[in-house]
Parts: sequence; C-alpha cells; structure tokens
Amino acid sequence: MLFASRSFCCLGIRTYQQRTDLLSRSIKISASATMAFRHKNTRRIEGLDSNVWVEFTKVAADPSIVNLGQGLPDISPPSYVKEELAKAAAVDRLNQYTRGFGHLSLVKALSQVYERVCGRKIDPLTDILVTVGAYGSLFSTIQALIEEGDEVIIIEPFYDCYEPMVKMAGAKPVFIPLRYKNDGNSPSSADWVLDSAELANKFNSKTKAIILNTPHNPIGKVFTREELQVIADLCIKHDTLCISDEVYEWLVYKGKKHIKIATLPGMWERTITIGSAGKTYSVTGWKLGWSIGPENLIKHLQVVHQNTLYTCSTPLQEALAQAFWIDYKRMDDPDCYFYSLSRELESKRDRMAQLLQESGLKPVIPDGGYFMIVDVSTLNVDLSDVDEKQPYDYKFVKWMITSKKLSAIPLSAFCGPETKRQFEKYIRFCFIKKDSTLDAAEVILKNWNKQTA
Amino acid sequence: MLRRAGPSLRHFLLERKSSAGYSSYTSEAKMSRPLQARRLEGIDKNIWVEFVKLAATYATVNLGQGFPDFPPPDFLKEAFVRALSGENHMLHQYTRAFGHPPLVKILAQFFGKLLGRDLDPMTNVMVTVGAYQALFCCFQAFVDEGDEVIIIEPFFDCYEPMVKMAGGTPVFVPLRPKAPKDGKLMSSADWQLDPAELASKFSERTKAIVLNSPNNPLGKVFSQGELELIADLCEKHDILCISDEVYEWLVYDGKEHIRIASLRGMWDRTVMIGSAGKTFSATGWKVGWTVGPNRLLQHLRTVHQNSAYHCATIAQEAVAQGFQREIELYGKPDSYFVQLPKELQQKRDWLVQSLDAVGMKPIIPEGTYFLVADISEFKSDVPEVPDSDEPYDYRFAKWMVKNKGLAAIPLSAFYCGAHKNNYNHFIRFCFAKEEATLKAANDILQKWKREKTSP
Repeated sequence: MLFASRSFCCLGIRTYQQRTDLLSRSIKISASATMAFRHKNTRRIEGLDSNVWVEFTKVAADPSIVNLGQGLPDISPPSYVKEELAKAAAVDRLNQYTRGFGHLSLVKALSQVYERVCGRKIDPLTDILVTVGAYGSLFSTIQALIEEGDEVIIIEPFYDCYEPMVKMAGAKPVFIPLRYKNDGNSPSSADWVLDSAELANKFNSKTKAIILNTPHNPIGKVFTREELQVIADLCIKHDTLCISDEVYEWLVYKGKKHIKIATLPGMWERTITIGSAGKTYSVTGWKLGWSIGPENLIKHLQVVHQNTLYTCSTPLQEALAQAFWIDYKRMDDPDCYFYSLSRELESKRDRMAQLLQESGLKPVIPDGGYFMIVDVSTLNVDLSDVDEKQPYDYKFVKWMITSKKLSAIPLSAFCGPETKRQFEKYIRFCFIKKDSTLDAAEVILKNWNKQTA
Repeated sequence: MLRRAGPSLRHFLLERKSSAGYSSYTSEAKMSRPLQARRLEGIDKNIWVEFVKLAATYATVNLGQGFPDFPPPDFLKEAFVRALSGENHMLHQYTRAFGHPPLVKILAQFFGKLLGRDLDPMTNVMVTVGAYQALFCCFQAFVDEGDEVIIIEPFFDCYEPMVKMAGGTPVFVPLRPKAPKDGKLMSSADWQLDPAELASKFSERTKAIVLNSPNNPLGKVFSQGELELIADLCEKHDILCISDEVYEWLVYDGKEHIRIASLRGMWDRTVMIGSAGKTFSATGWKVGWTVGPNRLLQHLRTVHQNSAYHCATIAQEAVAQGFQREIELYGKPDSYFVQLPKELQQKRDWLVQSLDAVGMKPIIPEGTYFLVADISEFKSDVPEVPDSDEPYDYRFAKWMVKNKGLAAIPLSAFYCGAHKNNYNHFIRFCFAKEEATLKAANDILQKWKREKTSP
C-alpha cells in the first residue's frame, strides 16, 4: 500500500517525510538490526505473557463450534438490567466522570445488600471499592497488600489469574490442592477437600494471605462452615489476610448455602470479599466488580485504584445500582434474580450432568457456580501421537474442538506446576448456556461413540 | 518490617470481650502486622479527592475537574443505546481482551491513515479502561526500579505517582514562561523547554519521557521544532516516548497537532495514547487506547491481561461506530472533530475575555479545554500565610470555591512536591462547559471585581 509522500525542507532543521510503505519497512529493518533494542519488559511481568484464554478463546471463536469453554453466558441478561442502562445513558451527567472509588448510588446499593447478607454495618464510602470486574478487585487487593518477600497460599485448581497476579506483585505463590475423597459412584464437588494438616503446613511467618474462592471455579465446590473455620483459624493464628473471591455467591444449588468467611469471628478485619456484576447479573461484558472489607484495608486498595484507572464507567455503575435496588427490595421474594438465576442454572446443571453421564462419563456435580468438571480419561482417547509438550487435557480439548466441534477448558490451566499431572485428565464445561446450545452439545455427546474409531 | 507469627495481645482481648459472636466486634479490631505494600509509599495523596469534594459541597459554577457539562454527541449516544438493546445481547458479555474487534479495526484504520502506516488492529492497537489505564500499563511494562522517567512540568498529576508505583524515579523539567510582547496576553506557546536544560535531564538511567501534547493544564501544543528536539534526544539516548495525546482534536487557531510517532525514528520507540472520553465528550465511558509497534504493545498486553483484562463491551461497540462516522466525515465540516474544537474555541475566547476583564491574566491555550490564569492581582483577597506548607494557589482555589462558589484547580497541583511554589499564583479553569455555565462564571467574576474596587 502506497501513501502519498510529502517532504518538507526547512533550512537548518531536520526534515521529516512520509515514506512509501516499502521504503519505510526496509529502513525499519535495517534500523532495528543496528539499534540495540534495549526496551525489554520489566522484571515484574517476566514470564507472565502466556495465558490460557488467549489460546482457547481464539480457537473457539469459530461459530460452528459448540462453545462450553470460556465462562460467559449466552443467555440474555434480565431485561430490566438493560433498561436501566438505557435510562442511565440518557442522562447527560451520567456520561461523565463519577466518584473514583465507586459511583455513589452503586456503593450505597452494595452496602445495603451486603449489610443484609453479612449482618453488619458496611460504610459505602470507606468499606467498598468498585473496580473493573472482580479481576480488577483481585489486582487492586494484591497490589495493595502483597509484595516481595510475601507468600500467598493458592488452593488448586484455581482461577488462573491468581498465580500471575501474585508473581507480578513480587510474591511467591504456595499451592495446596483440593483432593478427591470419595469411593462412591456419583462424584460431587463436596468430595474435593483440603487436608487440614497439609494446609496448616503451608502457613509460615512469610504467609501474607490465602486466596479463597467459594463457590469455586472450576470445581463448583461450596466451602462448608467447618471448612471455612479451618481456614479462618489458620488466618487468625498466623495473622494473615484472606482474599475471598465470591463472584459466584448467588449461584448455589439446593441444599447448599454460601457462607462468607468474613462473617466468621475474627475474620472481618482481615478479609477482602470480592464480588462481580458480571456473574450476578449475567453481564460479564460490563466489567464491574467490588471489594468489601474494613476501612484500614480498603483504603490501600483505593490508593492502588486511584493510581491505576481512577474511575469505572459511570452509566454502567448507575444501571447496576438501579438493578441492585430492584432486587434488594425483593430479597425475601423467590423472584429475586439472585435466586431465580440460581434455579435456572440448577436445571441446566442437571441436564449437563445427565448428558455427560449418558455418554459414559462421570461429571463432578457442582454445588455452585456454572462450571462442571469431568474426567475424560475413561474415554480412552489416544493422543500419544500428538507431538506437543502439553498436558493430556490440553491435547484432548484441542482434539475435541477439531473433531467433535465442542469446546471446553483443560483443567491443568488452573494448576501450579506440581499438580498438573493430577488434574490433566479433567476438562471443564460451562453450562450457563441457552437451551439450543445445550441441545447442540447433546447431539455431539450422543454421537460421540458412534464417531470414535 | 517486623512480621509476627502470632496474634496480637489486643486481638486476644477483643476476642475475649465478645460473647454474642461476630456482630459484636468493634470496628477497631485490626490485623496486627504491617499491611500495605511498599509500592504505595508516597502515592496516597490525590488532589482530586479533595477538590472534587469541595466542588460538590460549595461550587455553584464548577470549572474545576476536566469534564464537559454538555452531553456526548447524539450519534454516539444512539450508538450506545443500539448496542445495549439490540438483538445481539452478547454485547453484554466479554469481548476480545485486547480490544473489541470492531473498535481496534477502526482505530488501526484511522490512526494508520493519520500516521501514514499500515497498522495491524491485533498487534498495533490495544484498548484500555480510559487513557489513565493506558498510562498505567506503560509504566508497569517499561519502568523498573531504578529507571528514570522524564516528566515535563506542569504535568497531568498521575504521571508522578504512577512512575513511583513502578519503582521508578521521576525527573522533572519545567516549561518556562517567556514574557509576552507588550500589551499582549500570554499564550501557552510562550511556555517553553530550555533545550540545554532538557538535554541535561537525560542519563543512562533514563528509560522514558512522558510527552503530553496538547498539554494539560497549560494547553500548549508542541511545535514541530519542539517535538524534534525531544525526538532527537530520545534517539540519542535510546529511550521510549510515552505520548499522551488525549486532547489531540482540541487544537485552536488553525494549529496542527503533530504526532511525535510520525517523526523519523520515533514509531519504534513511542506508545501513543488516546481517549474516547476526550475525543467524544464522554469521560464517563472510560474507553482509551494505545497505538504503537508490536514489540512495545506486547508488553502492554501482558500488563493488561494481568490487571484488568477485558474492557466493557458496549461502550467499545459505540465508540467504534463513532469512529466509523468520523472516518467517513474526516476533514468535512460535519465531522465532530471539526465541530467540537470550533465550539470550544469560542468558549475559550469567551472565558479569556471574562478573566481579562476582571484582572485575572489568562494564558491563551493553543489546545485542550483548559486555561490557566495568573491570579497575582487577586492575591490580596486571600492573604499570604507565613509558614504555611500549602502553596498560595491551593489556598486561593479553596477560598474561591468556598466564598465565591467558583471552582478551579491550583496550578501547583501539576508540579512535583519540590516545585510546588515555583508557580503558585496560577489557577486552571476548564471551559468545556455550556454557555450558561460560562456566563454564570462571568457573573461571579464581575461581582467579585466590583466588590474589590468599591470602597
């Protein structure tokens, strides 16, 4: 492609000119060959460039593939949520900057909802920070409170960003796996447990925090009060922080209850609880999240926030606030979206489980969240000829995408280096999908055995 | 820092006191160990927290914080509504992390045209949460402990804490005002870098220079000669240029905004930053972008994917449509990029007149929607306080908003701590305001002048 070239000639001053693309490329090549390009990345991001999502979302972008991989709903958000956004965008002032630490009407709504859930007073201005998704809350928390010399305990499998974020803060991740303890036939997420003694051994004087994720991605485990107490006891004993990622807090199924570790004795003062609009209202593309905790911790997150992106989107925050008010008023009503979404997802969960079981697989039935993991080694798909140094589940998913047109995410993406072997026979399916998507998955799974040679 | 393995005595006492359970805990219960990371040292203060609150409490006319009080253009608002309510409800879900494809494609096309380059939307463009986050990604990606970053004063205040948070050392070099010709008002063009002084700031530890043109707060639009001076030094010392060009469309009096990345030798070492908020008068949407060579942007992508990851989809979709309209109307009278500066120039001239009429000496900005005025003649209203550690202009601005209801920002807010008293008799006004607002400001100023001159 040629561009018009202009040249300016001024006495004694260097000229500049727009060159043809061909010429500029050749000059660039020779320039970069001679210029010792010393502009490397900083140490803090060394080795943090690869990312499972970049690899797998590209592959699954093909519309002919039934995408049960990345965790995003293909169901519509509730209509009142969209309406509130339209209303907000129509107000001139709401298209301009709002309060940096969180739009007033939103932090007020959040404080009301969570005061009710937690049974304690939450100050909207000092105890809450609104961030760009729960992701932004995790980043703000870790940047604010974690540094070189610290250790952070991460429970495996883990939402993949925990490890690079801890490393970017200069700290050391210390992993502890959930272990499967069940002799029975129908595995449940509750069967994946921490070994208390093993957990206790991971704590030392360098431990700054433990990251808890309940309901858990990818397994769907909902930690019980007793399990949370074990963690809480250790946090108190070692005076550590607890970073509690509770984005799936409303998505718990029959018989289970989501418990906030911050409500256990001695825990409010050392816990940052993280939530997500994307998961609460099926609007992952809104990228709004929040951190809730005591003022003396939140104030440090606020400092990070004011030095990273300062404010979040105004119209989205206003719309979210209005949606929260609508549901806050009906928190005693089964029609509240927090409960109705959960019910809707429970039937999708049951359907997904059935489809997998009918294909001869043993899915781990999740007590919460919208993911389901399944051991695929029983299918005996031989991938030894695939010449790639990747764990089995990576190879399996890539093979499944190409040959079965069904996508999932390999579980070893969610593990530290030592446990990859343990988890490489599992893959993760996302079931917050509309019926037609699950129908298409059903067809593929039903025909699976027919096509396998 | 001392780290203790066990709980503090205070914690034990609190635990024993409580009988009914968690809700009886006092709010004073705290962790005993030191908490915040060292990277937060010295970056907790922020002028906006204080001044936004003051404006919210006292201001009847707010010319302080930089945002328009008029709406974004209709075509943009309509695009937003179309995106959120259209058949494709997947626009409410995650999009591509490094930028919504329609947006990066149009940005690559648009800026490619302006730079005379073939840009790849996937590798030469990255979308961020406002230009603010773009700046953050640049510092985190390229500034390590011990690196020096040159910042031209006065500067948009976040550059300094961001450099510090990355472990870097900010090195400041001031724009120095030259006296205007007799009888004329000063222009932002009269504030200039001393070439020898600038050159002296470069050392072998210098990693980058931050350029902001058009400049907030002065409104200076760097000339080709000035940019070449900077470019020469960048090349000579092999350093990066972080080019904050958020006000790129707001240039007046027929001036041209020159992109330093288009100068010879600069594309490979420059990250260009832009903002939908400033481009389309929608600061609350928080959509920004970076444009640059892949070997620099790849590192911005690493920071971005480990900090915010995705940016909100709907606003990106709407901004893409906004740019689509603008690329078709580029250079034509209907283009928003032609109309907006035209309107703002009128408002600038109006405010210049208002201020001049009452004895505040405006420095006529060549660009942006900010204007700095010299308040020396008004100093008597807010007397000097000896031994005060607050610069005069801070006290003046606070007094003015409380007593006159007019909000503006002290210029010393845009200087590093050591230099805050170098230029402490100037305040910054934002004129991206409706006519009624500017008229109201004028009324306040006129009344104030009358009160000053009447016995």
